[in-house]
Amino acid sequence: MADEPMSSQTDTICLETRDLWFAYGDNPPALRGISLTIRAGDFVGLVGQNGSGKTTLAKHFNGLLRPTQGQVLLYGQDIRDRPVGELARTVGYVFQNPDHQIFSATTREEIAFGPRNLGLEEAEVQRRTEQAMEHFDLTEYADHQPAVLGFGLRRKVSIAAVYSMRPQILILDEPTAGLDWHCTHDLMERLTALHRQGHTIILITHDMRLIAQYTPRCMVLREGKLLLYDDTRKVFEHCDLLRETHIELPQVCELARELAPIGVRRDALTVPELCDSYADLIARREVTNAGGH
Amino acid sequence: MSKIIVVEELSYAYPPAIPGHDPVWVLRGVDLEVEEGEFVSIMGPTGVGKTTLCLALNGIVPQSTGGLIKGRVLVDGLDTKREPVPQLAQRVGVVFQDPETQLFNMSVEAEIAFGLECLGVPRDEIKERVSWALAVVGMTGFEDRPPFQLSGGQKQRVAIASILAMMPKILVLDEPTANLDPLGKAEVFSVVRELRHKRGMTIIMVEHESEHIAEFSDRVIVLNEGRVEMADTPDKVFSQVDRMREIGLAVPQVSELADCLNHRFNSQLNFTQFDEALRTLKGQLDGR
Repeated sequence: MADEPMSSQTDTICLETRDLWFAYGDNPPALRGISLTIRAGDFVGLVGQNGSGKTTLAKHFNGLLRPTQGQVLLYGQDIRDRPVGELARTVGYVFQNPDHQIFSATTREEIAFGPRNLGLEEAEVQRRTEQAMEHFDLTEYADHQPAVLGFGLRRKVSIAAVYSMRPQILILDEPTAGLDWHCTHDLMERLTALHRQGHTIILITHDMRLIAQYTPRCMVLREGKLLLYDDTRKVFEHCDLLRETHIELPQVCELARELAPIGVRRDALTVPELCDSYADLIARREVTNAGGH
Repeated sequence: MSKIIVVEELSYAYPPAIPGHDPVWVLRGVDLEVEEGEFVSIMGPTGVGKTTLCLALNGIVPQSTGGLIKGRVLVDGLDTKREPVPQLAQRVGVVFQDPETQLFNMSVEAEIAFGLECLGVPRDEIKERVSWALAVVGMTGFEDRPPFQLSGGQKQRVAIASILAMMPKILVLDEPTANLDPLGKAEVFSVVRELRHKRGMTIIMVEHESEHIAEFSDRVIVLNEGRVEMADTPDKVFSQVDRMREIGLAVPQVSELADCLNHRFNSQLNFTQFDEALRTLKGQLDGR
């Protein structure tokens, strides 16, 4: 049996929304009554078509947007009256475009900005800055101007600059868009490491292969409503519903479904899982054949 | 079959960002030949010069960009270093990653007619070509709509139609789906599929979506470190799973699966497409 993606979630609920509605100005509501809970230590994939409300929902988690109606609770407390700056200590938000975030003359300053802004002592600011650069493999670029680094590196700087504030909850909006295969998986491994350390991570993406491989939980939005929210393996069972929302399942998941009638596990999510299951099946057949003769 | 594109020992450096600095060579000796009617996909890590190579096909590199160039590019027998860009535009049409950079007219019809007006095509023929091009991309009925009100996928389809209307022999698509959401990607790939199967156009597509590359391409070109590292059928290229990963490129998930099973059973499975994988895996079990 293949390893389940490791899940270190506890029973503590860190984020909750209750009947959350939101409209931009006089436009039709972008969120229509979303009620959900996220446990501390969870790693959640947030998917849905463009315009389904993913970013709008995520921006409510750190107070960048405020509900038109309904509530957002952080560790059980309504965040209505809490300023974004204070929420940022607990909830870090990495924007889709790293260039919307980067402004400092050096990578080190960029990453130190957040913790310094929290009013930490200089020694602690430096400790966190160095540690964040190390975690994202940026130490050699410490004195470089971040704005002129390559796209993959700018992306990592933007994440390290949020991570250095040590928010318990980290939200990332399409962090792998525009990254090649190598950078994508490098980044996902680093996020997985943060998850193992106990951070709650919310990942907005279109790439269902990443969800299948890395995030144990998955929520799907459609037209401002929460369509599915469950363990990733269970969410992937609803393939017709996902296809209706133009979410493409990874080839391996489709293949597992097609091969299920001949005995392959139907709910395989990754290449190694499907490979194992197929290999088991062949081994079992060989035993049966040998016994029959 | 005749070679419609011949790239020989092409090296190119953009002018240095700071005058006086050394030029940085993006392309370093690219050799490539494309047959008429062939569908060729180009893959490569970020910054490897994929777009530069596309622009060398229609003469923008080096005619508009300056810089240093060695070697040569022949398109339909014409040297793109010398032949005026407007002449080349009738042979090579380029669709860029971000449709926003390409669309600027007030209606879809005006957008598509624009290139034809510049070429001096007669009015009646313009009308015919506009409706033909819109039909090809599945956008008939959108003639009067302002392009900026369309979805990402629709914008990209209009951008493709505006190039198709000029009836180039060669269509170059430079990461046509990179800025689109899954629905938009599906829309654009269905247009590419249509072009692939119904028309004899030569198509060069720069893409990262390996599963679609496997579906469409006669050949896959892998650019790495300024050169062509691989130029072969999708089967051959995507069976090099480890090498592709080293370069930083994705292969279709079914190719990863074939690789995984081959390691397990010491077998020689090789599939790059879903249907092929399904058939082979079912067949293997039935055969036992």
